[in-house]
Amino acid sequence: MAEFFWDYVVPFLIIVGQSVLLLSTLLVLIAYLLYADRKVWAAVQMRRGPNVVGPWGLLQSFADLLKFVVKEPVVPDTANKGVFLLAPLVMCILALAAWAVVPVAEGWVIADINVGILYIFAISSLGVYGVIMGGWASNSKYPFLGALRSAAQMVSYEVSLGFVIITVLLLVGSLNLTDIVLAQQGDWGLFNWFWLPLFPMLVVFFISALAETNRPPFDLPEAESELVAGFMVEYSSTPYLLFMLGEYVAIVLMCALVTILFLGGWLPPFDVPPFNWVPGVVWFTLKVCLVFYMFAMVKAFVPRYRYDQLMRLGWKVFLPISLFMVAAVAAVLQLMGWAP
Amino acid sequence: MPELLQDYLPIAIFIGVAAVIALVLMAAPFAVAFRNPDPEKMSAYECGFNAFDDARMKFDVRFYLVAILFIIFDLEVAFLFPWAVAFGDLGWFGFWSMMVFLGVLTVGFIYEWRKGALEWD
Repeated sequence: MAEFFWDYVVPFLIIVGQSVLLLSTLLVLIAYLLYADRKVWAAVQMRRGPNVVGPWGLLQSFADLLKFVVKEPVVPDTANKGVFLLAPLVMCILALAAWAVVPVAEGWVIADINVGILYIFAISSLGVYGVIMGGWASNSKYPFLGALRSAAQMVSYEVSLGFVIITVLLLVGSLNLTDIVLAQQGDWGLFNWFWLPLFPMLVVFFISALAETNRPPFDLPEAESELVAGFMVEYSSTPYLLFMLGEYVAIVLMCALVTILFLGGWLPPFDVPPFNWVPGVVWFTLKVCLVFYMFAMVKAFVPRYRYDQLMRLGWKVFLPISLFMVAAVAAVLQLMGWAP
Repeated sequence: MPELLQDYLPIAIFIGVAAVIALVLMAAPFAVAFRNPDPEKMSAYECGFNAFDDARMKFDVRFYLVAILFIIFDLEVAFLFPWAVAFGDLGWFGFWSMMVFLGVLTVGFIYEWRKGALEWD
């Protein structure tokens, strides 16, 4: 009995504690990233942004949460109610689930599995189900069209994301996210990270990540000028909140992936004091915030794409480029004998 | 604890905790919010008139084409993962066999392109 207690119950409780800690930190971080997103957007347009709730509007996201919770939840009569309510849950839970394998510092990871990047790739592929289920179950024309568009867009860009990940894996020789970060460690600090040798892939990955998470300039599924709000038209109250939350969790996950694959994860930019006195988790968060700032700036000053341009970019530009880069990286590694 | 369980149980627990958070959020307004449904509010959204009929209509076949193309290329990516991990051990033989495989797929891709499967006008 005591053995069972120490072998199963205690580790179980520790993992639950870690999960709650990571999830609550993540959600609070997202609350402030959302605030930052709105502030950046406002600053670019010479507005002041949220500034009423709390000092400098810092509590705006929490006020929004309360507002969502006390709003009336509307489920249309013609909708398939079960699937309708399941869709936001699927979207949000899947987006959160990917964080189980993300290392925020050396050893700071919920599950250090050896197929980490494959797990993330699989889970983010499933994200499209939330969109399709929501759009179909609404039984309304705008959500239906929005869901079709959104699904086609998400799957198109996932292919180039996959090829970019392959080029990084060629340099690392492991699917484990911790190994991917440690492979970027070296004497040259930030010039050892993969952004330098794989710079074109970083650009392709960043833009594909924008499209994959339905961020502007690729926010066609939510194009308010034509489809009102895409697959989310019929949603109100917290079901809507869960969609938005899932979207932002996915965006921050993409920022974390850029950080891990190209920007050295938790590694300091120079391995000398005072840089390596700062704990890894701080570097990780700073890099995620930097990438998110780029996401926010793109949203602020790039006009929206048209749908045919979007599909052309995905299939006719990014796919050939990334396919060619996989072959090129493999050839260089093999010729130089650099393969790990 | 067996090794497999040690690796994957945390993921299951993590998803469980995430599900609890999402479910609580989802259930909260049904418990606390004021509800006053009426037929207009509960009908499907349309732009200024009542919805005519069921919204699950015919849609463009190109969405279907994109889905098929996606399956081909996503499988290709999934096939590349183990190759990329073992690349160092495979040598030139591994390199050329994968290049032949990619070449075959590229021929198919060029065919789709020429056939106009990627055109959205």
